[in-house]
Amino acid sequence: MQSTLQFGPILAHFDLLLLGLAYTFQLAVLSILFGTVIGVLGAVARSFGPRPLSWLVGAYVEIIRNTPLLIQLYFVFFSLPLFGLKLSSNMAAIVALSIHLGAYATEILRAGIASISQGQIEAAKALGLGPYRIIRHVVLAPAVRAVYPALTAQFILQLLGTSIVGAIAAEELTAIANNLVMQTFRSFEVYILIAVIYFALVQLASLVFAGIARLLFRWKSS
Amino acid sequence: MSLRDFGPNELMFLLLATRWTIMLALIAFVGGGALGLVIAAARIAPARPLRWLALGYIQFFMGTPILIQLFMAYYGASLLGFRPDPWFAAALTFCLNAGAFFGEIFRGAITAIPKGQWEASATLGFRFLRTLRLVIIPQAMRLMLPPTVGFMAQIVKTTSVASLIGLTELARAATQVNTVTFQPVMVFGTVSVIYFALCWPLSLYAARLEGRLAGHVIRKPALPAA
Repeated sequence: MQSTLQFGPILAHFDLLLLGLAYTFQLAVLSILFGTVIGVLGAVARSFGPRPLSWLVGAYVEIIRNTPLLIQLYFVFFSLPLFGLKLSSNMAAIVALSIHLGAYATEILRAGIASISQGQIEAAKALGLGPYRIIRHVVLAPAVRAVYPALTAQFILQLLGTSIVGAIAAEELTAIANNLVMQTFRSFEVYILIAVIYFALVQLASLVFAGIARLLFRWKSS
Repeated sequence: MSLRDFGPNELMFLLLATRWTIMLALIAFVGGGALGLVIAAARIAPARPLRWLALGYIQFFMGTPILIQLFMAYYGASLLGFRPDPWFAAALTFCLNAGAFFGEIFRGAITAIPKGQWEASATLGFRFLRTLRLVIIPQAMRLMLPPTVGFMAQIVKTTSVASLIGLTELARAATQVNTVTFQPVMVFGTVSVIYFALCWPLSLYAARLEGRLAGHVIRKPALPAA
């Protein structure tokens, strides 16, 4: 029976915590990067692609957004080896998280694209801009600006979402925490500490995103 | 290779486990909804300490992973001398967590009501809670409804993490069936369909409500045909 909180035994394993933190960070950054790329491609395909492609992207968005991340993770981790794709839990986690964020990013960016008035595109055409430059400068740039808050909120959810990949034995922060619990038997203290670390990560990410917004859009952080 | 094939029995097992997913989601929805009203009220209350407390609450539950909150509830119970029970920990965590999100949803709707309504109520001699209950919330209901329905779908999906403390709901039943059948595509495909069937109607309804609201409250220009 534990009666007092003791953090000493946990902090003795500080190196393990740092390892978990580094892995969580890597997972978040890579999946946000890949997820955003999927989102940009998906949103453009959904908005301007031929109907079957647009429909397909729509199905992807709806399926991913209406099923749990944990099940998507299991699906990738357990199914892909059957098709000859041997994935480490690390790779499976990145694949599943990227596909997950990709769907949300697609929907968010699609909404941004929908807010661009048709006249802007016609004006760009009249100026003789090619489709690539129209999409890049006339559509995507203002669309990203319009949905930036929603997009970064989703990035933060993604950061928190990485916590469940311990379920397929990927060694991120939460999995490290569970290991520490087994070593030190100070379960409550470990989870308090891990919560503090995640909280700090989230605050840091919010600051970084606000800073990026200020640089890119000359926004005042709210 | 596998102990069993994925058949009607396994499907039945998954469908039966679905009721615990639904049960947990309902508990979270009702408990979290009630708590959310309190949090939202505290968030805009005249007393400053109350506002800070509510803000801290929301920051904690929105700024840390729900899985960690779940572990804290599960192992924190043993610290208080309880024998940890997954249902207790899950119900508690999901209510507290949903309370924070509902609190923000409700606060958003409440603060969208024009300030004049508060001033008029003050003129009538209404105090804070009375104004909230009789004047503000009835008007804010329409604004609250779409995100609330949307968040219900979110809750259903999130209950899946309760499997990680050993609660046998749909996600855990799925891993169990996968272990004996070793047919992950079939198993997780089926489970995805079940979750989808639970969440999609909610998402669609939320989107419809939102569209209706947008048409009435904020007059948006018609989208260009893309």
